[in-house]
Amino acid sequence: MNTGKRSKFLFSTICFGMAFLYIPIFLLIVYSFNASKIVPVWGGFSTRWYGVLFESEEIWASVALSLKIASVNACFATLLGTLAGLALVRFGSFKGRTLFSGMISAPLVMPEVITGLSLLLLFITLKEFIGWPDSRGFNTITIAHITFSMAYVAVIIQSRLAGMAQDLEEAAEDLGARPFRILTDITLPLLAPGMVAGWLLAFTLSLDDLIIASFVSGPGAVTLPMLIYSRVKLGLRPDINALATIIILAVAIGVLLAAWIMFRQQKQRELELKMSEES
Amino acid sequence: MSAIQNYEDRPWMDPEAEPFIKIQSVSKLFGDFVAVDSVDLEIYKGELFCLLGGSGCGKSTLLRMLAGFEMPSSGSIMIDGANMTDVPPYERPVNMMFQSYALFPHMTVEKNVAYGLKRDGIAADEIGKRVEEMLSMVELTQFRKRKPHQLSGGQQQRVALARSLIKQPKVLLLDEPLGALDKRLREQTQYELMALQDQLGITFVVVTHDQEEAMTLSTRIAVMDLGRFQQIGTPTEIYEFPNSRLVAKFIGNANMFEGRVTENSPDHVTVESHDPECQFYIDHGMSIQKGSKVWIALRPEKINISKEPPANGNANVIKGMVHDIGYLGGTSTYRVQIGDGRIVEITSPNQVRPKDGTPPIDWDQEVYLSWHASSSVVLNK
Repeated sequence: MNTGKRSKFLFSTICFGMAFLYIPIFLLIVYSFNASKIVPVWGGFSTRWYGVLFESEEIWASVALSLKIASVNACFATLLGTLAGLALVRFGSFKGRTLFSGMISAPLVMPEVITGLSLLLLFITLKEFIGWPDSRGFNTITIAHITFSMAYVAVIIQSRLAGMAQDLEEAAEDLGARPFRILTDITLPLLAPGMVAGWLLAFTLSLDDLIIASFVSGPGAVTLPMLIYSRVKLGLRPDINALATIIILAVAIGVLLAAWIMFRQQKQRELELKMSEES
Repeated sequence: MSAIQNYEDRPWMDPEAEPFIKIQSVSKLFGDFVAVDSVDLEIYKGELFCLLGGSGCGKSTLLRMLAGFEMPSSGSIMIDGANMTDVPPYERPVNMMFQSYALFPHMTVEKNVAYGLKRDGIAADEIGKRVEEMLSMVELTQFRKRKPHQLSGGQQQRVALARSLIKQPKVLLLDEPLGALDKRLREQTQYELMALQDQLGITFVVVTHDQEEAMTLSTRIAVMDLGRFQQIGTPTEIYEFPNSRLVAKFIGNANMFEGRVTENSPDHVTVESHDPECQFYIDHGMSIQKGSKVWIALRPEKINISKEPPANGNANVIKGMVHDIGYLGGTSTYRVQIGDGRIVEITSPNQVRPKDGTPPIDWDQEVYLSWHASSSVVLNK
């Protein structure tokens, strides 16, 4: 039978694809419990690398720095990106709009090496002229991350605003709301989901970034990706496997949590809809 | 009716009445495109005025200028004696009901309705009382805690209406108010709107593309095309006395004949058409040049259809062949092919029940179409 053969083919394709995606991750998790110091040689089950990991102050300092940069970056990027998105969608055609819109999206397509290099040059020049930043580290990495992640936020906000009917804002204006009131009563509450998405994206981008951070960082400021990269450069290490396993676990918990919340909201919405149909 | 004219229902006839909304030579340009072309309009207090026209005729732009969302490129707008031309929407004594309803999706019904009062800084207990009254008026009290997406289309429409009425505006602007409702609900809501308007005495300005809606609702209609008013008048005036072919065709159906004036005396006019061969006799005089080219508009329901030729002479008669019959129960629509192959449409009430089920007039039958001397409308543009 044709259909039987096809379904077998489909099944094997799925298996192969899944294996391709998940076997490396699975291996990484397995080897994080390897007692041996040499990664590809199995020396029995052990959690000793987790212990090593927890005792390493260097790793915890870099995790803390990365989280701090990511959250400060996400907040500023959301603020600035939202303002840029608002200006582009709601302010009509002002002078220089096309230029502004192009420059907003430039960081999206700019190679990270160039962004990093140019920002480094900027910081060096600034230090020359105004004496700030006197040392590179948290400040400079955060600023660099804001410049590129706000572009992503601006894109998200733009698309959300474009899909949001303008007549809601006009209705508020018609009912007596002044421009600032419209922003706080109508526009921002309706933009909130987009802003949350933008915040999360900016947070992730910052947490993920290795290249730009390496350019604009200074001595003593090492983010988590920088640390992992510098250690792995010297060869595979079992404690980094343990760290990666913990990161995978954290991401998995996050995804499951988000799915559960969405599932509950969906249920709630269905219930409300049923209620309104019954009455 | 008494000798003293009563203008209560027809303020536009009263020479003493002061117009409530005064639009003076207002134009609106979008780049090179002229959306509204130097229009003048006077609307009186308590009117239910309809702006009627096809899409892109400028009716919505005019409404948006009344609301303050668009500023006129030139001209002025006065409402109740105050110049509103440059006043922003949030300071105008005008509220609008949007075609999409534009209900705030993140607020409950109650909060949506209360929004306008809150912005005016009215005390909370006063707001509560007025919202309560308004919700009971539109019969939505039980849905007060619902969000807009949990309501049906008709309920959403009533929330939008309540929200736009709660500030007791001097003028309520309605943009295609019934457009999103299904037919049955639309008819019912039409009468509810009229009753509400009567009860509140608020001046309504309605934009619509639906001529039936305009005819039922309004005290007066302005037919718009290409940014200008083609005709302003009561529904009867517009239907029975259109001033152009455009208006005659836009409002209801009209059979149009082209001809030349052959006789023009104070008590009657005759028009001869060659295509089809027909003489039109109109029983009143009019100021029109003999020999000039005119069009005759004949409404489908004003034409008689019969198997025998009518007794009175050979004016106002056309012979034809039944091409198609549409039986609608109460009325039938006949499509009759006349001399030159054109189709003339006739609607006729089915007053007599056919005895054995066969209709009195059948397909492919030769018939005579005739009409009263007062029925045809002479148009010169």
